[in-house]
Amino acid sequence: MSGTVTSGPMASGAVTATNDFVVKFANVNGSGSASANQLFAKSILRMGIPIASRNIFPSNIQGLPTWFEVRVSGAGHLGRRGGVDLMVAMNPQTWDRDIAEIDPGGYLLYDSTRPMPNSRFREDINVIGIPLTQMCNAAYTEARQRQLLKNIMYVGALSALLQIEPAVIETLLSEQYKGKEKLAKPNHDAFMMGREWALANLQCPIGLTLERADKVGERIYVDGNSAAGLGAVYGGATVCAWYPITPSTSLAEGFERYARRFRTDAETGKKRYAIVQAEDELASIGMVIGAAWNGARAFTATSGPGISLMQEFVGLSYFAEIPSVIFDVQRAGPSTGMPTRTQQSDVLAAAYASHGDTKHIVLFPEDPHECFTFGADAFDLADRLQQPVFVLLDLDIGMNDWLCEPFDWDDARQMDRGKVMTEAELESGKTFGRYLDVDGDGIPYRTYPGTHPSKGAFFTRGTSRDRFAKYTEVGAAYVDNMQRLLKKFETAKSLVPRPVERPASQPTRTGVLYYGSSSAAMKEALAALEAEGIHLDAMRIRAFPFHDDVMEFIARHDKVFIVEQNRDAQLRTLVMNEGGIAPARLVPVLHYDGTPITARFIHAAIAEKLPSLNVLPFAGAAAE
Amino acid sequence: MSFLPKPKLHHPKLPVNALGYTRRDYEGAISTLCAGCGHDSISAAIIQACFELDIEPHRVAKMSGIGCSSKTPDYFLGASHGFNSVHGRMPSVLTGANLANRDLIYLGVSGDGDSASIGFGQFAHSIRRAVNMTYIVENNGVYGLTKGQFSATSDKGSKAKKGVVNTDEAIDLIGIALQLGATYVGRSFSGDKDQLVPLIKGALRHNGPAFIDCISPCVAFNNHEGSTKSYDFVREHNEAMNFLDVILGREAITTEYAPGEVRDVVQHDGSVLRLRKLHDEYDPTDRVGAMHHLHERKAAGEIVTGLLYIDPDPQDLHENLATVATPLNRLDDAALVPGRKALEKLNASLR
Ligand SMILES: Cc1ncc(C[n+]2csc(CCOP(=O)(O)OP(=O)(O)O)c2C)c(N)n1
Ligand code: SF4
Ligand SMILES: [Mg+2]
Repeated sequence: MSGTVTSGPMASGAVTATNDFVVKFANVNGSGSASANQLFAKSILRMGIPIASRNIFPSNIQGLPTWFEVRVSGAGHLGRRGGVDLMVAMNPQTWDRDIAEIDPGGYLLYDSTRPMPNSRFREDINVIGIPLTQMCNAAYTEARQRQLLKNIMYVGALSALLQIEPAVIETLLSEQYKGKEKLAKPNHDAFMMGREWALANLQCPIGLTLERADKVGERIYVDGNSAAGLGAVYGGATVCAWYPITPSTSLAEGFERYARRFRTDAETGKKRYAIVQAEDELASIGMVIGAAWNGARAFTATSGPGISLMQEFVGLSYFAEIPSVIFDVQRAGPSTGMPTRTQQSDVLAAAYASHGDTKHIVLFPEDPHECFTFGADAFDLADRLQQPVFVLLDLDIGMNDWLCEPFDWDDARQMDRGKVMTEAELESGKTFGRYLDVDGDGIPYRTYPGTHPSKGAFFTRGTSRDRFAKYTEVGAAYVDNMQRLLKKFETAKSLVPRPVERPASQPTRTGVLYYGSSSAAMKEALAALEAEGIHLDAMRIRAFPFHDDVMEFIARHDKVFIVEQNRDAQLRTLVMNEGGIAPARLVPVLHYDGTPITARFIHAAIAEKLPSLNVLPFAGAAAE
Repeated sequence: MSFLPKPKLHHPKLPVNALGYTRRDYEGAISTLCAGCGHDSISAAIIQACFELDIEPHRVAKMSGIGCSSKTPDYFLGASHGFNSVHGRMPSVLTGANLANRDLIYLGVSGDGDSASIGFGQFAHSIRRAVNMTYIVENNGVYGLTKGQFSATSDKGSKAKKGVVNTDEAIDLIGIALQLGATYVGRSFSGDKDQLVPLIKGALRHNGPAFIDCISPCVAFNNHEGSTKSYDFVREHNEAMNFLDVILGREAITTEYAPGEVRDVVQHDGSVLRLRKLHDEYDPTDRVGAMHHLHERKAAGEIVTGLLYIDPDPQDLHENLATVATPLNRLDDAALVPGRKALEKLNASLR
């Protein structure tokens, strides 16, 4: 074990980096490591250094392995980088694979209470042993305390090894235990115990160091599900019907938390919202549709399996033109698949959900900031367009805390309830035809039940009706209606969030399209590619239907990569289908093993594919 | 099929209710069901009940699933909003509508296929969730609209038109509704208007989940010899527990009854349910007793009808959720959107 730094000098070839490395914690689910790991992550942020943190966890409550990865990036890269510089290996079950994951020259921190044979280590890493269990057993008698405070103790040691300012930890602990000072003290003591032991026994700091910076600014650190739940509060949602499913559960819970805080009547204690945990996803979406039909803003939150169950109702929402908002926090595979792994694999299931000819609005937020804004906007869009609106998050954005721009709100903004005919308008003799295209944009007027004693009532059903909602099975009336729905979808293009273009620093004939949680890794990959002289125009798609800008972007380039986190290149299919694009023009870059996409992956995939595509990424170098 | 609107000319001598509406004002489009279908009689009973209760038609939301029965909301209360949703899912759509506006009257109409098969779960959960509604199942023991397959309420031993005997156990929706906490439970027969109209009236004035199982023969597929849902069979085996009068506060109570013959139950909204007892021992405020009686009579081959259970002071979903008195669909930006300041404070807590 030449690399042991418990005593003696650091191994040669040790990784050295300041504010730019990856720390990974290997823990056991349910051991209370989460709050200690959070403390570690937040302390770096408070030192003004950007981080990207990710939970990698099993579908299990207690006992299975769980990991927490913190990427420290002074340069502000928030995607996963890939690789590990420092492994905090606290789980004997996963020891071998955890050790194998460390980059050469990297570091291993482990609990050295029980001696380990040399064969369990690697020659090319630096090993830091701390007798954590022994120290805890000496200091505490209660089993749960021993377990919980061991986690805080390693944070203490890390503060010495990486140079985290102890004052920052102090502040965080006192914030966390405000009003519960009894709990603050043992945490503080455990932190100091770990810190002092490291200072006394280890060479501090190691090659990885933190240095106070000013790179975080006004940004906030929050998970996308909470942000989307908050967006629903600001979007004026009053009815939430949902059925628990990872990774969307915390979205409904986020709505509950913020609605309770902001929408409880101070005097009566009564609520200006209703949340129903339905018996299944069919009932969830049914309640949403019933509530929206009756003039409330309503939503559900689910994941892929729930989307499958909602199909019939989504079609009704489309054909009967009833607003509905569906947050889909995507995960990998079916119910018995990888529920705690991330993917972007519901794109087609959402865009063309249900039987019959249907197309829906789909929004792709890139981070929690957009989860909030799109979360609120979705309700305006649904009311304006009177149809389903999907907000496609994924586990990576939904369940991880991300550093993002602060939430923002314009107090002058008013809910756009869309085209709703009022009692006064009906009374004044305005013609009401539920499916009449009065304004030429394909969007008809609706009335809420109970509006007027004798005018404006109509009977809602699927498609067998005329412009005045009277029953008919006449083919021409059906076609007339379907054409209007298409026109409405055309109108939607100008209302949904526009794509964001990021031109290359030099003219190029190659482009790349990407969306959602791939954004951070994509930005970093673009910078790395550019450093190698590979210039790509990039466009981030933020919504379906695609804005005309997307098709123009494709037209301007010979080849366009589409980066996605699914196997079948689903967005590519959608682009080809809607834009009539020749498949050969669109080159898929696909990552779908359930872990978040990395900059390294995108970089390597594009660099590898480029030579065979017969295009040069440089100015004027069209293929011919 | 033609869709000429019905002339709405009022005969000057047609009786009007307290709102000045005639019975005609509660009608809907012309029915397209088979002549003699029990469902049409139930529509007529709903029209009569709403007329007699002086209900503003536009204050009613009519919801249904899919089936012949679920088509009927088009045939009554033409001035009400209606929603013909998807098969078996009326209860969730109604629940959502009710959450949005607690001030309307919710009338859910369904079939036995709609509620006991594909929608059994939604039926059960809407009842146990205590949604304030009137839920009527037009029960014919078959799937009418898909041409005569057995439904889950078809009795074991009942014969299909082509002679096949049903071997599966029947679901008794009344039993389930009682068990799951419906606070107004009745059964009736589409052929017995005198019993059905007041039963619907009482349900519409009830402030909780009111469930009515109304046997409603299908003349096309289930009205033959050997069927237990035919007009003849139901008439022969009908065992009425009581007859009901719904008395609104202002009506003078004129008829006189011998002591012990009637029982008055005052509902939360002040309406009086006057029960003319036909079975001395039957107490409709005793849920467990009602369940026991139901099973006992069923074993004896009888179909018990009447108001089988009533909790005059129920608690509904909105009370359970502690929602504000103002309907949620009427809350404006000021009531719903916390605004910029709150967001800034929140941002500060996330750094
Ligand atoms: C999802 C779905 N499956 C099947 C059908 C076909 N279907 C229409 S009505 C019906 C049965 C209706 O039976 P019931 O509710 O008893 O109504 P009835 O016609 O007897 O009044 C079925 C199976 C459907 N509309 N939707
Ligand atoms: S098929 Fe049966 S249920 Fe349907 S309309 Fe005819 S009689 Fe009524
Ligand atoms: Mg039926």
